Amino acid sequence: MPQLVHYPRIEVAGEDALIIYLDKVANSATIKKIAQLKNNIANTLGDYVVELVPSYASLLVIFDPLKTDYFAVKKVLRTLLTANTTEMASSQKIIELPVYYSPESGPDLKTLATSAGLSIEDVIKIHQQTIYQVFAIGFAPGFAFLGEVDERIACARLTSPRAKVPKGSVGIADRQTAIYPNESPGGWNLIGLCPQTLFNPNVPPYLTYQVGDNVKFKAITQAEFLELGGEL
Amino acid sequence: MNNTDTSHFEVVHPGILTTFQDLGRFGQSHLGLTSGGPADKQAYLWANRLLNNSENCPILEVNFGGLKLIAKTSTTIAVTGANAPLTINGHAKETWRSHQVNADDLIEIGYASEGCRIYLAVFEGFLVEPQFNSVATVIREKVGGTKGTAVAVGELLFYKQTPKQTLYALKAKDIPRYTDPLTVQVVIGYQHALFERGELAKFFSNEYQVSAQCDRMGYRINGPAIQSGISQLLSEGICKGAIQIPPDGQPIILSVDRQTIGGYPKLGSVLSLDLDLLMQSSQGAKIHFEPISIHCAHTRLHLAKAKYQKTKLIKVDQ
Repeated sequence: MPQLVHYPRIEVAGEDALIIYLDKVANSATIKKIAQLKNNIANTLGDYVVELVPSYASLLVIFDPLKTDYFAVKKVLRTLLTANTTEMASSQKIIELPVYYSPESGPDLKTLATSAGLSIEDVIKIHQQTIYQVFAIGFAPGFAFLGEVDERIACARLTSPRAKVPKGSVGIADRQTAIYPNESPGGWNLIGLCPQTLFNPNVPPYLTYQVGDNVKFKAITQAEFLELGGEL
Repeated sequence: MNNTDTSHFEVVHPGILTTFQDLGRFGQSHLGLTSGGPADKQAYLWANRLLNNSENCPILEVNFGGLKLIAKTSTTIAVTGANAPLTINGHAKETWRSHQVNADDLIEIGYASEGCRIYLAVFEGFLVEPQFNSVATVIREKVGGTKGTAVAVGELLFYKQTPKQTLYALKAKDIPRYTDPLTVQVVIGYQHALFERGELAKFFSNEYQVSAQCDRMGYRINGPAIQSGISQLLSEGICKGAIQIPPDGQPIILSVDRQTIGGYPKLGSVLSLDLDLLMQSSQGAKIHFEPISIHCAHTRLHLAKAKYQKTKLIKVDQ
């Protein structure tokens, strides 16, 4: 396979889109760089920009090809990539989300613990120990990919996805974790339920987090879960 | 909605899948919301233009046909897109033109024979409450239209009552044709440089067929399998028309209701003008691909826009 591995790199994506690859892997430094770049592009290109889609280690820039063109946009992106911009203050905020971990609310908790050679209590403890970062938002409205899950509880996706995953389900897939903001099909290993509404399309700011935010989980009891409005 | 705007169509039969669409929902990818919008933008634009509407006026996208509406007050409508029988009170009417409708008129759109998406616009647009700055319905996201769903039987579709308008038609030579086989141009991009040359040559020299899995989200096509040679890829932003190559090698062309991010390798994206035509095709349609550069794509877009602006509508009688 031919290799094309220098970073950062700008590639054509389509007639109205360029994609910037910042790095091979996603980490907090890359996420921060992407957030900064996203702001700078929005400010510089103004209404030439139709959409900016950050995800892990890349940023897709969709522009209006009838207002500007590929050369102009690429030139601006190159300049912004090399410019010594002042660092944005990074988000120090940690969003804490309550989770009712149990075999009752997390149907894959037992299997995950068994295959990891851990007790259920250990899995719950390890899942709460990490401060995760939002690497990307997509798949479904408000669905945030959080990383990185401790290697000890990382777990491959289910071989056959569930047709219905309940709203608020907390799942693990490989080294990522996420909360399903609404009922949807899904193949992640479910370990608990979060009673909090994360995506509300009717009330601003609509979504609890954005790319780059820090997230932490806190175990709650069944009684607390129900009190917070959770449904079993 | 204003209390005086009580003019409406009543849905007698909603058809297979009829949704409200405007140009689409943009700038919401931070929430994971996709753009939506008309699957065939050219047919959509003509429907609004035949009524002198602004480009973003909400209209109905009727997939496959089967729509029956009763008008409660007079207005003017325009129907474009797939070739499907249009009748008003049982009388056959031409599409790709505007028509005066009166109170109690029954408007019927039959099933499409060439193409599969029909656009019905009303003078000054349907009155629909936008969500995230757009009425575009994306059923998977439960966003847009009325409650994020397709138009349902008995639903009232509101518009403004208006005096009689001059009626217009598009000349026959300017009406797009939805042909099979279809050749679509592809702007080479994304991971194309990581594909073996032979694999790309295979893609661009063989015929593919639209599979049964084809909808507003994307078209899966069947043909010689393409190997990307890429095993792991971080999820990244997907633009409209992107061609994904999943592990089974059968390409998926992503359209208006696509996910905003995804992790399959991509070799480029279908030119929007050709994606419009592809979205009018159905299962079994034969597709050929032709590689073009982004420079060539921009030339085609500018030429198409100039042609659209220069095309004159003709006045027609009731």
